[in-house]
Amino acid sequence: MTVTIAHYLVLAAILFSIAVAGIFINRKNMLLLLMCIELMLLAVNFNFIAFSRMLGDTLGQIFVFFILTVAAAEAAIGLAILVVLFRNRRSINVDALDSLKG
Amino acid sequence: MVTTVLFYAFAAILLVAALGVITARNPVHSVLFLVFAFLQSAVLWLLLEAEFLAITLVVVYVGAVMVLFLFVVMMLNINVEELRSGFTRYLPLGIGVALVVVIEIANVIWFRSEGQAFVTPTPHAADYSNTKELGGVLYTEHVFALEIAAMLLLLAIVAAITLTMRTRHRPGLKVQDVPAQVAVRAEDRIRVVKVGPVKE
Amino acid sequence: MESIYLTIVLAPLAAAAIAGLLGSKIGRAGAHSVTILGVAISFALSLYVLWGLAFGDAEPYNGNVYEWAKIGNVTIAVGFLIDNLTALMMVVVTSVSLAVHVYTIGYMHDDPGYQRFFSYISLFTFSMLMLVMSNNLMQLFFGWEAVGLVSYLLIGFWFKRPSAVFANLKAFLVNRVGDFGFLLGIATLLYFAGSLDYAEIFAQAERIQGETINLWGATAVSALTVACICLFVGAMGKSAQVPLHVWLPDSMEGPTPISALIHAATMVTAGIFMVARMSPLFELSEAALAFVIVIGATTAFFMGLLGLVQQDIKRVVAYSTLSQLGYMTVALGASAYAASIFHLMTHAFFKALLFLAAGSVIIAMHHEQDIRKMGGLRKYLPITYWTFVIGTLALIGFPGFSGFFSKDALIEAVHASSLPGSGYAYWCVLLGVFVTALYSFRLLFVVFHGEERMDHHTKEHLHETPAVVTGPLIALAVPSVIVGWLTIEPILFGGFFEGAIFVRPEHDVLGEVGAEFHGPGAFVAHALTHSVTVYLAAAGALVAWFLYLKRPEIPGQLLERAGALYRLLANKYYFDWINENVIARATRAVGTGLWRVGDQLLIDGLIVNGSARAVGAIASAARRVQSGYLYHYAFAMVIALAALIGWFALRG
Repeated sequence: MTVTIAHYLVLAAILFSIAVAGIFINRKNMLLLLMCIELMLLAVNFNFIAFSRMLGDTLGQIFVFFILTVAAAEAAIGLAILVVLFRNRRSINVDALDSLKG
Repeated sequence: MVTTVLFYAFAAILLVAALGVITARNPVHSVLFLVFAFLQSAVLWLLLEAEFLAITLVVVYVGAVMVLFLFVVMMLNINVEELRSGFTRYLPLGIGVALVVVIEIANVIWFRSEGQAFVTPTPHAADYSNTKELGGVLYTEHVFALEIAAMLLLLAIVAAITLTMRTRHRPGLKVQDVPAQVAVRAEDRIRVVKVGPVKE
Repeated sequence: MESIYLTIVLAPLAAAAIAGLLGSKIGRAGAHSVTILGVAISFALSLYVLWGLAFGDAEPYNGNVYEWAKIGNVTIAVGFLIDNLTALMMVVVTSVSLAVHVYTIGYMHDDPGYQRFFSYISLFTFSMLMLVMSNNLMQLFFGWEAVGLVSYLLIGFWFKRPSAVFANLKAFLVNRVGDFGFLLGIATLLYFAGSLDYAEIFAQAERIQGETINLWGATAVSALTVACICLFVGAMGKSAQVPLHVWLPDSMEGPTPISALIHAATMVTAGIFMVARMSPLFELSEAALAFVIVIGATTAFFMGLLGLVQQDIKRVVAYSTLSQLGYMTVALGASAYAASIFHLMTHAFFKALLFLAAGSVIIAMHHEQDIRKMGGLRKYLPITYWTFVIGTLALIGFPGFSGFFSKDALIEAVHASSLPGSGYAYWCVLLGVFVTALYSFRLLFVVFHGEERMDHHTKEHLHETPAVVTGPLIALAVPSVIVGWLTIEPILFGGFFEGAIFVRPEHDVLGEVGAEFHGPGAFVAHALTHSVTVYLAAAGALVAWFLYLKRPEIPGQLLERAGALYRLLANKYYFDWINENVIARATRAVGTGLWRVGDQLLIDGLIVNGSARAVGAIASAARRVQSGYLYHYAFAMVIALAALIGWFALRG
């Protein structure tokens, strides 16, 4: 029983789903939300690399490279926002953030 | 055969780590689980012959981004209990949606591959350099994207600093006023006083 | 000639403008001088035109003087069609108008709206001339509406009286009903003929007769019949035919000169004139003619009956006018257009005379109009009395007087007609003669004979009216006597209207009557020996004499015996009641219903406010979606993502 690309794809899907479930159950903790997004991105990266491997095309890996870059930037800014938020409200509880409520 | 064992072993650890991320009571544990998950991913990426990205993941992500996460988590005094209240309220929905997504993707993979076999291609030769190949493409074909990514990172640095920096204006606090220092002129600082001779 | 026609029309208009706009500058004398001058010019030139057409070698004129608008192929022009019919109408209008102008100086002597009144009646003369001289339907309609407007203004001349305001509103509204029909008729003709010009429409009359319109589903009706009946509905409004007659008696709220000018002599004859003018169309539609004759006969007899029970001197004359208009309409329906116009002309003179004489009585009685407070006025108002007698004799058709010739010829023509409805019409007009004589002599006897019932104060001041009042009376009395004798032969049997009025050979009832015509003297003799009309009139006069002079107590007893009949007549067959309580109330109910349901509920409630409310409701529902909680949005994204993948995965 050899490992095929399909194994990686399913692994990525399960990883993604775990991240989705994480968003649901950790809905109040913004820090965990950010981490779940990182997990999701990881799952996506898995897909890219797997397909890149399967098709013998390096473009998929280039994409992952940029996704890592963007994710790093996003994490930096997201955490900065988080820090400012915490500084202003002494909490990172998402429930308290309802000023967008219509 | 070895790769199969390695794959299953690391995939299992990866999933356990991922579950740990979303279920850990302590955010610090979550971050550490995430670091663990990234490390397992790097190994799996090595199995996919993406050596450069695997190393990048470990060095950049685990080494920089995750440390940043850890730093923030530890810096902020987070009331974990408040954040975990109602933890199970959406758990069934989360699991349900997750299962649906998994089933759908698996369905696509198994039944809608349209005749394409997801076989692993033959491994590259021993002298194959993934780094060299990526570099060859990255600095030629995708050089503009690379530059834009560099700008993006710079922007992120500036944004993070701008967001988090605060000027302290407590009364009595002595601070430097750089523009004022730069704009200063000699006349403002030096007063030439004519002093007449003094007779003893 | 064109400049003459323009002068005829524009002289009264200019006079009206001067008197109306500069009234305060030129004063009372200036106002009546300028308007009388304007009408006198029109009258003199009209006489000249008629003379030229009747005795000279002038040709009928038909031409446009001004093109007002052009819409596609339809030209709306101001133009004149001057033939014998028009010229006769012009003379009738301007002569009566002139007499009324002069008379008004006396009648309106103390009225503060003196200049305004002169401006109005001059404007009326202009409108009426535009109407009769038109060569196209649009200008006819202009004149038609303009006389309606002036009529409205004049009925409500004493606008401080609520009854006058009510009456002018009523006249206006009732005329709107007729005008709507008239407009439909014009539109029908325009649609089928593609033109508004008389000559072009008449040239296509045969073809239009062949066209059909589907009314009430699949019932195909000749377009010409529809057009003619619609036009006649307009005439019913303007010429006060049943059931659109209700405005005319009430219009007596206006000053008496107006009653004479508009509501007896000229404007109400506009409908008669219009039908005569449209004779080439009406001739082709027997259905329309039958409709006309039945309406006319009904008006002639039943409106005459109402004259018997009225107590207001002017209303008696007004109902007489209605009845006489019915006679004219009957003649139209019997295809005796010439007889109708002939009666129109003689009636214009003697009815104007009667009205002005009644006005003279009213002046003498210090604006008292109730005949129960009069009586024995003969010796106080000799000139008025004798002119009134002449008018009455002409009205009832005393042999030799103008009304005799016109009415007798008319009745003979109806007798000779074989159109559907002519039998009914014949009996109506025949009985109408008796009724006419009865109410006319009742009025004469009650007002001028018998005991003096006025109060002491009035009696002391009772004297003959001034010359500006009696002058026009005498001036109108002369044609009332002689015009019939002089003109019956040329107008009715001499082909005077050749080219202006078209009669199909099989409808030519006047030809049948004319075959036995051997001069006016012989006509009188024939009537005395072969016809019952004169004896019917005499019987009516005798009954009136018996009831109101010999045994004045009988009418009161009769009223007690025939209470139901009297109530029917006193309430004018309940037309007003029906209009008020059935038609108006139903219309108001429909209007209220439309307002409540259509406007308030559907448009305002459902469409305007409803859409706003719907937006509000949807928005307040959508507001809930915007919880502001980040994870709700995240959930929505994730669930939508799952759904999207599902759709891709499960799609066939």
